[in-house]
Amino acid sequence: MSEAAGTPTDTPIDSLAVLEARGTTAEAFGIPLAVLAELTHRCPLQCPYCSNPLELERARDELTTDEWKRVLGELAGIGVLQIHFSGGEPAVRKDLTELVRHATDVGLYSNLITSAVLLTRGRLRALADAGLCHVQISFQGSDAASADRVAGFRNAHAQKLDVARWVRELDLPLTVNAVMHRQNLHQLPDIIQMAVDLDADRLEIANVQYYGWALKNRAALMPTLAQIEDATRIVEEAQARLKGTLAIDYVVPDYYALRPKKCMGGWGRQFFNISPTGKILPCHAAETITGLHFESMRGNRSIASIWRTSDAFNRYRGTGWMPEPCASCDYREIDFGGCRCQAFALTGNAANTDPACTLSPLHERIFRTAEAEASGEVSRFVYRNFKGGTPEADTHDDA
Amino acid sequence: MSTPRSRNIRVTEQTRPVLPRHARLKFDDTRQRWVILAPERVLAPDDIAVEILHLCDGERSLAAIIDQLAVKYAAPRDEIGADVTAMLQDLADKGFLADKGFLAEPREAPP
Repeated sequence: MSEAAGTPTDTPIDSLAVLEARGTTAEAFGIPLAVLAELTHRCPLQCPYCSNPLELERARDELTTDEWKRVLGELAGIGVLQIHFSGGEPAVRKDLTELVRHATDVGLYSNLITSAVLLTRGRLRALADAGLCHVQISFQGSDAASADRVAGFRNAHAQKLDVARWVRELDLPLTVNAVMHRQNLHQLPDIIQMAVDLDADRLEIANVQYYGWALKNRAALMPTLAQIEDATRIVEEAQARLKGTLAIDYVVPDYYALRPKKCMGGWGRQFFNISPTGKILPCHAAETITGLHFESMRGNRSIASIWRTSDAFNRYRGTGWMPEPCASCDYREIDFGGCRCQAFALTGNAANTDPACTLSPLHERIFRTAEAEASGEVSRFVYRNFKGGTPEADTHDDA
Repeated sequence: MSTPRSRNIRVTEQTRPVLPRHARLKFDDTRQRWVILAPERVLAPDDIAVEILHLCDGERSLAAIIDQLAVKYAAPRDEIGADVTAMLQDLADKGFLADKGFLAEPREAPP
C-alpha cells in the first residue's frame, strides 16, 4: 500500500515544487492535498504484511455507494485535490467505476491502488473512461512461484503482468509497487527490470513496515542488515541509470535506521484516510493504538471538523504532547518523534519516542531483535484473512 | 487519436511540449494558486512556469514559445530560452511532460 501517499521525495527549491516537501502543509494549506479511501477490507490476496488492521471491517458495515459519493463531494469541497482508491482490494467493490466517475465529476484526481487480480481489460477501460488518472499495481516479487506464495493466491503474478500491460495500452500512467522483505530482496534487480519492461512510470520499492499483519509476520520478513545495504546500493545505481525513464521511490526499513521516519509527515499534519466503514483516521494503522476514539463520517460532524478538532487528531499533533527525549530534541519538528503506531506497538505507549530513533532507550534492543529475527529459522507466513490469520502450513494442507 | 511520447525526452527548440494526460494543470480554488496534479504528487508551479505551461499546447514548438516570451518581456532570447528549456527539462525528467514533436506520424489508439 501507499506509504508514499504523502511522502516528500523532492526538494522544493525549483520552480516546480512538491507541496508535500514544505513540511508545513497543514499550517499553510489547512486540508490535506490527498486522501486515502480504503473502500473495503475484502481482498482475494492474503499478503502477510498487509497494511490493514488485524481486525478487518466486514462487508456489511462498509459505506454505501451514496455515502462514498458524499465523502468524495465533501473532500473536493474542502480542498482535497487527489483521492487514492485503495483497500483491501478496491475492485472488490462493484461500484468502483461509479465512484471513479464521481471523483472525476467533483474535480478530484484519482489514483487506483490495486492488486490487479480482479481487473479485466474491459473493466480497466471503463475506469479509464470514467476519468481514472493513475494506476498503482502491487507486485509480490519478480517470479511467479515465489510471488504467488507471498500473495497466497494462485496465478496472481501472471494476472498482474497482464493488467499492467493493459494499463499502458490505455495510456494510463503506471506505478509498480514492490513490497520488499527478507524473502524477496534478492529479486530487487529483477523487479527493477520488470518495471522497466512493463513501461512503468514509477517504481515504489517499499520495505515492509512492521505493524498489524507485518508485525505478526516479522520474524519471517525481517531483512538482514547486509540485504538492506545491498538494496540501497542497487536502488541508487538504478535511480541514476534510469533517470527520465523510470522514477524510483525507496522506503527504507526503519528498524535499521538511525533516525525515525517522519511518519505520515507528522500525525494529523498532512494526511488522513477513510476506513471502509467511514472512520476518519490519521493513518491506516492508527487503529492499532488502543484508547483513541476515531470519529466516522456517519456521525453528525463534517470531515473538515473531524480533521481540525477531533481528540484523536489533536492528541499527537505538533510537539506539545512530547515527553523527553523528543521534547527538547533538535529534530522534533523534522521527524515529529517518528511513528506513533510503532511506538505503541513496541513500547506500549504511543507518546514514547519511536524506538527506530537512536535516542530511544529501546533502540539498541530493537536493533538486536531485528538482527536475531533476520538470521533466524522462521520463514513460514501467517496469511492475512478475516479469520484472524492462517498459518502457511495449514494452507498447504488444504490444497 | 495520437499518443505523444513521454519518456526520455530531451527538450530542444523542436520539441512541441504538452502536459501528458496524467499531469493536469488546475487552478486550486481553495489555495488560490495553480497546481499540477500528477500521480501521487501535487506540484506547485510558480507564475512563470504557469505562463509557460499555458503555452504548451502540443501545437507550438518550443522555439515559438521562446519567441513569444522574449517579445512579451523584451528580454534577450538566449536568456529566456535557457530558463524555459531548463524548466521543461526538469518537468520531463520527472515524467510530467510529453512531446508531440517526436511523433512522426499519428498512430491509432489501442482498440
